Amino acid sequence: MEYFLQLFFGGLSRGSIYALIALGYTMVYGIIELINFAHGEIYMIGAFMGLIVAGVLTAQGWPALSILVIALVVSVLYCAAYGYTVEKIAYKPLRGSQRLTPLISAIGMSILLQNYIMLAQTPDFLPFPRLIPDLAFMERFSNFLGTSDLFIIVTSLAVMVALTLFIKFTRMGKAMRATAQNRKMAMLVGVNVDQVISMTFMIGSSLAAVGGVLIASHVGQINFAIGFLAGIKAFTAAVLGGIGSIPGAVLGGLVLGWTESFATGYVSSDYEDVFAFLLLVLILIFRPAGLLGKQRAQKV
Amino acid sequence: MTAADIFRHLKKALAAAVWLAFLTLPIMVIRVDTVEKTVTWRWMHLAYMAAGSFVLALVWNIMLERRDRGQADKDQDGGEGASALARRLADPRLARPLMAFGLLAAAAFPWFFSMYQTNILVSAMIYVVLGLGLNITVGLAGLLDLGYVAFYAVGAYAYALLNYHFHLGFWTVLPLGGILGAFFGLLLGFPVLRLRGDYLAIVTLGFGQIIRLVLENWGEFSFGPSGIANISRPGLFGIPYSVEQATTYIYYIMLGLVLLTIFVTARLKDSRIGRAWLALREDEIACQAMGIDNTRAKLLAFALGATFASLMGVVFAAKTTFINPASFTFMESAMILAIVVLGGMGSVLGVILGALLLMLLPEYMRAFSEYRMLIFGATMVVIMVFRPQGLVRAKRKVYKINVETAG
Amino acid sequence: MAQNQTNQNPEPAVLSVRNVGMSFGGLRALSEVDLDVRPGEVVALIGPNGAGKTTFFNCITGIYTPTEGQVTARPRDGRERRINGMRTNLVCELGMARTFQNIRLFPSMTALENVMIGRHCRTRTGVLGAVLRGAGTRREEQEVVDKSYELLGTVGLKTMANEYARNLPYGAQRRLEIARALATEPFLLLLDEPAAGMNPQETLELKDMVLRIRTQFAVSVLLIEHDMKMVMSLSDRIYVMEYGRVISTGTPKEVSEDPQVIRAYLGEESDA
Repeated sequence: MEYFLQLFFGGLSRGSIYALIALGYTMVYGIIELINFAHGEIYMIGAFMGLIVAGVLTAQGWPALSILVIALVVSVLYCAAYGYTVEKIAYKPLRGSQRLTPLISAIGMSILLQNYIMLAQTPDFLPFPRLIPDLAFMERFSNFLGTSDLFIIVTSLAVMVALTLFIKFTRMGKAMRATAQNRKMAMLVGVNVDQVISMTFMIGSSLAAVGGVLIASHVGQINFAIGFLAGIKAFTAAVLGGIGSIPGAVLGGLVLGWTESFATGYVSSDYEDVFAFLLLVLILIFRPAGLLGKQRAQKV
Repeated sequence: MTAADIFRHLKKALAAAVWLAFLTLPIMVIRVDTVEKTVTWRWMHLAYMAAGSFVLALVWNIMLERRDRGQADKDQDGGEGASALARRLADPRLARPLMAFGLLAAAAFPWFFSMYQTNILVSAMIYVVLGLGLNITVGLAGLLDLGYVAFYAVGAYAYALLNYHFHLGFWTVLPLGGILGAFFGLLLGFPVLRLRGDYLAIVTLGFGQIIRLVLENWGEFSFGPSGIANISRPGLFGIPYSVEQATTYIYYIMLGLVLLTIFVTARLKDSRIGRAWLALREDEIACQAMGIDNTRAKLLAFALGATFASLMGVVFAAKTTFINPASFTFMESAMILAIVVLGGMGSVLGVILGALLLMLLPEYMRAFSEYRMLIFGATMVVIMVFRPQGLVRAKRKVYKINVETAG
Repeated sequence: MAQNQTNQNPEPAVLSVRNVGMSFGGLRALSEVDLDVRPGEVVALIGPNGAGKTTFFNCITGIYTPTEGQVTARPRDGRERRINGMRTNLVCELGMARTFQNIRLFPSMTALENVMIGRHCRTRTGVLGAVLRGAGTRREEQEVVDKSYELLGTVGLKTMANEYARNLPYGAQRRLEIARALATEPFLLLLDEPAAGMNPQETLELKDMVLRIRTQFAVSVLLIEHDMKMVMSLSDRIYVMEYGRVISTGTPKEVSEDPQVIRAYLGEESDA
């Protein structure tokens, strides 16, 4: 039972991270129908920003928890700026071109960002300080639920609730929903679509940054290539839930997290990553609209 | 350009440079060591970055403006016109001697250059064939295959394993590898082909990863990450030869395969099959409504592309005599895609140029070799933004019409 | 139905649709549609926007599978076949070729190549043939070129043979779609709003062209059209659809006098 709970919570915290990143994919896809291949790299940059802040502040001897908060804030702001810039450079000039063109540009951007970090920082794995302290009252659950897992779950939940409220109730949120439904129509009724797209990228990137800092602190090491796998898995989560759907991304993230956790726990840990890819392939083949997505009839 | 224009561009570039310098500041400048608790500040990087982005932003903005203006012009006069380079190269008076010269130079190459140089050229030629193969799938049929390297791995492992377990020779496995590649192409193709463009890309990426992960983890089958060594070189009627001679021998084998691939892909492109692929790329629904069996056309493109990759896998294994899963990562697929994209999707000549450019330039500019992937990535973005048709625009054949019969 | 129909066309219908219905989830797009096209006829399908006309086209060309009913075709070989649910490309191969409401040409291919695509299902060259390019392949290829060029002539586009399809003027694009459909050697030509976006002069020319094509290629024509003047002067019979049902059929004259049709087009006081 304890083992089961351990896998359950492990999957939940892992899934929350996937969900955070998946939200970025799903929001961008919902608005401009582009698989933002560089999104995983934004997450990786988020982790690096966290590391840099943590490194500078630890050298000054700040306490861990305040470092965590500052690292999260700085990382979120910077990643939002990165997301904004990436869109302006690699996607905006390509609006209205053939479908594969921005996708190839996105792949290029992903490779570019990876190598930029590798060259500017290091190709090796870097140790990441533990920013999430162990809490005393968590002691009795520690067999199956660590403090950092709990922290990840709670933070992700809070961020997702905030996002939902933002999209439901703010003016910008409404504009985003309108643009996702019909970009031309939104433009006609006076929505500044460029602004909405920029905003979508910035929000998606911020969420990825949160995921990056949290997971880096949890795992304890990062390198320039972590974005690729995380990106693919989060994309899997987005597709699993139904791409374009925000609750779908969260559900997809959790399902993927649990699948991986239980599969590695009960089946085999050698093939950890294979499960995610298998799930991705199976979902796309048998239910491309995902769990919560709508099956659309093609227009002729 | 007026003075006001210049001033405006400079201002914009300056703003971009400041923004990018700010954006890259932490990552370019700060290196932290959280174990030793030290921080290194590298302020010079910031200066490089700012200067670099200023120049790049200036060029970028000017080019972007020119592109947008150019597009407006083009829409008006409908002027298409292949690029000047392609037009000049297509002129038979120039093309024929040029081709003859190229062939002669290629044939004589190993006699004049070192084994090292020959080896580099063999690698480049492998990528020419890989590029041409992927060009069938991506360039002609418009199916973005991000797991192409999996078929390359199929060929390489087919040869390595058959050679290890059954001592089968290169010449036996080469055709087998081709068939196996086609088979895998069909196998992976079947389930994914009803997917839309970008989903297809992701599923093929997933397949590619699965194959690599299986190779890495299924030790009993593939010897895991340590790979397979001592793979036999191609046999030459049982005549023994030195390593140096082997390089030359493989060079000629590759030259033959390159010519064969060029011949096959060029002919396919201008045939009933090639036209069906183009139609498929342009509009799937109209394509099927005009009586083309989309599934068959897609499977064919997938399987043919896979065949070439698999053939190259066999050659690669025979050339290096050692393979492991690390040679078959996503970056490899991305590199081949970059070749096709840079060269010009659908253009045989373009893909050849793209492969030679992307493979040989980093070899000869050693100083830049670290930046190789960075430049690849940037190239892909720049090409998509400014020249999505690639270096050489795929040209449409002009058909000869029999006037008597057509009236 | 018009009394003289049977006298003019004693042969059985080339397309007969019985009781066809189509639902998307809970949405009923078509119900109980009956329709016949007899050899050599020009039949028009009219009705307000959203009446289900294009959905009907999609149902009989295999893009959708109708949820109810029967669609049967009688190709030139005279063997009647059930075609609902048949794959789109096979429907075309059988001899029913269509055009699209929102022109769907292959934009980066030349006009000639667009028509050549239509020849695909009537030619055989495979991979091996294409690579070896033997005498047979070359002959077939030349035939494809010549026939396609001839068809361009039929629709008056010979001079634009080597233009990219996307650079053609709008009216020419519509005509090119017809040429492409003709290249598949159809017995039934399905035209989805061929005159949309054309000026009166072009529409008039189009009408003459359709009539000419009908005799020259011995095809039947089923068309969706909004231009009433064209429909009235072109069609042998008309089907009027509203809310997914056929509400009236007959000769142009009969239909134009049907009170139901007038109501559907002009609306009733009580509807407003």
